[in-house]
Amino acid sequence: MQNIQDLEKILNSELNTKIKGSLIKHNQIYLKIDEADLTEVILFLKTNSKTKFRQLIDITAVDFPENEIRFKLVYLLLSHEFNQRIIIEINVKEKEIVGSITSIFPAANWMEREVFDMYGIDFKDHPDLRRILTDYGFEGHPLRKDFPLTGHNEVRYSHETKKVIYEPVKLEQNYRNFDYESPWEGTKYIKEQTKE
Amino acid sequence: MAKETKTLNLNFGPQHPAAHGVLRLILQLDGEIVEKADPHIGLLHRGTEKLIENKTYTQAVPYFDRLDYVAPMNQEHAFALAIEKILKIEVPIRAQYIRVMFCEIGRILSHILNVTTQAMDVGALTPTLWGFEEREILMGFYEKVSGSRLHANYFRAGGVHQDLPKGLDKEIGEFCERFPKIINDLELLLTDNRIFKQRNVDIGVVSKQDALDYSFSGVMLRGSGVPWDLRKSQPYDCYEQFEFKIPVGKNGDCYDRYLCRIEEMKESVNIINQCLANLPVGPIKTDDGKISPPPKKEIKQSMEALIHHFKLYTEGYRVDKDEIYTAVEAPKGEFGVYLISDGSSKPYKCKIRAPGFSHLQAMDYLIKGHMLADVPAVLGSMDIVFGEVDR
Repeated sequence: MQNIQDLEKILNSELNTKIKGSLIKHNQIYLKIDEADLTEVILFLKTNSKTKFRQLIDITAVDFPENEIRFKLVYLLLSHEFNQRIIIEINVKEKEIVGSITSIFPAANWMEREVFDMYGIDFKDHPDLRRILTDYGFEGHPLRKDFPLTGHNEVRYSHETKKVIYEPVKLEQNYRNFDYESPWEGTKYIKEQTKE
Repeated sequence: MAKETKTLNLNFGPQHPAAHGVLRLILQLDGEIVEKADPHIGLLHRGTEKLIENKTYTQAVPYFDRLDYVAPMNQEHAFALAIEKILKIEVPIRAQYIRVMFCEIGRILSHILNVTTQAMDVGALTPTLWGFEEREILMGFYEKVSGSRLHANYFRAGGVHQDLPKGLDKEIGEFCERFPKIINDLELLLTDNRIFKQRNVDIGVVSKQDALDYSFSGVMLRGSGVPWDLRKSQPYDCYEQFEFKIPVGKNGDCYDRYLCRIEEMKESVNIINQCLANLPVGPIKTDDGKISPPPKKEIKQSMEALIHHFKLYTEGYRVDKDEIYTAVEAPKGEFGVYLISDGSSKPYKCKIRAPGFSHLQAMDYLIKGHMLADVPAVLGSMDIVFGEVDR
């Protein structure tokens, strides 16, 4: 078995200009790269005999609405031969189009569709970029932080029209998000008052 | 004269007993041959990941039961491990044993369901009746330890919720003594059964390379001859201390996957027996008052315990800013949790990696060129549960 430190060194020397940062934490390698190098790096990791990351575990995104570059795309890869995991991160702006890796890993197809559905990130050259988990005709991207937890529309069967209908969400009681921060440390509204 | 042919589009599901839940499969048929399959999923989508982002870590646990609802505790395990790794909590050895034991019970629960319903999909009803009797007993163990048969909410970061009730270890022991015979009975009905073999051998063959490319894990991967099991290769909790074998298939067809599951059940019984024989005594959760709630008795006497109790059940414990991926070998394959914590008591992001998602994705590749009647057989052998696919 290959040592994780050695693996990190190999990656850094072979891909040196493409890696924007690497880190070993929790026995996993965290790599930061640029969007432009994505397909190249993934292809390298999959095919190189020293890395052999031959399985794509998952693709997901994280939303940071306050950042200028809003999304972080995360690719998780696994190498059976060396028993190592790697986490690749790229930063993606809103409305930026990312290269698809479906030609390298067919499994990326649905994973990219899910990211598209949940976060609205587009993928270039994806064979079939449709929504996957949400309803037919759904609008919005639910896992974005600015999407409300209760959603926009609700579905029910209408006895009058004898069919399923969509209506704007009506809540008997609003979702309650309590502030549990210790009053000794200062709750939010007091902090805001003292700031002024 | 040229014969005119037309392909037929067929809607399979979402309400179909062989779809194992709410799968809408749009099939393109040429006669009885399937040319293309397009699974439409998401009919059971509940927004689990979004909900978890809005709940404390303690409140998030029950959502994991509702993913793969035939083996709930295996999923809780992945989430508990993720938090434990970030907070660097030492889990007491007794808790680790209990967790391993109940994960293996979960594996048997899931495999019984899958093997017997797969048999039902190809025409055998008796295994289901026999198998479900045993499942009921296993769910009884779940109930005794956690209070509910299915949605256990039992694993916590730092251990388990409660200790085993008195006498439960003996009952589980008795079950383990009896259960191998039940597996044997099931095997007598199925393994050499002519119809079962005709429906499963050489159906849905997955090559080694494709199994890797399509992100298969668990039995789907091992059935194709890749010896990979996270319990062995990246052991978590106390799995290193047990001796068990990993069954690996040869041909990668539905029949091999069935055989793998049968053998895995036997190994699970073996692990449970080892757990029971060496079950250590001691605490069942970490004694760190900032993470695990104090015992009821102490709340009445100690001010500190009362404060801890109050804080844990209102705000919840905080998890340091970090980012981690942890995976466990769930009955269906690699179940992973990708967790981003931001120092508050709620996860910033919690991506759930469900094995069934990748398996179902390969439906089109697996079924192309097969007959329509093979669709339920292949679907059955993939072990799909929509709770985890749709999340």
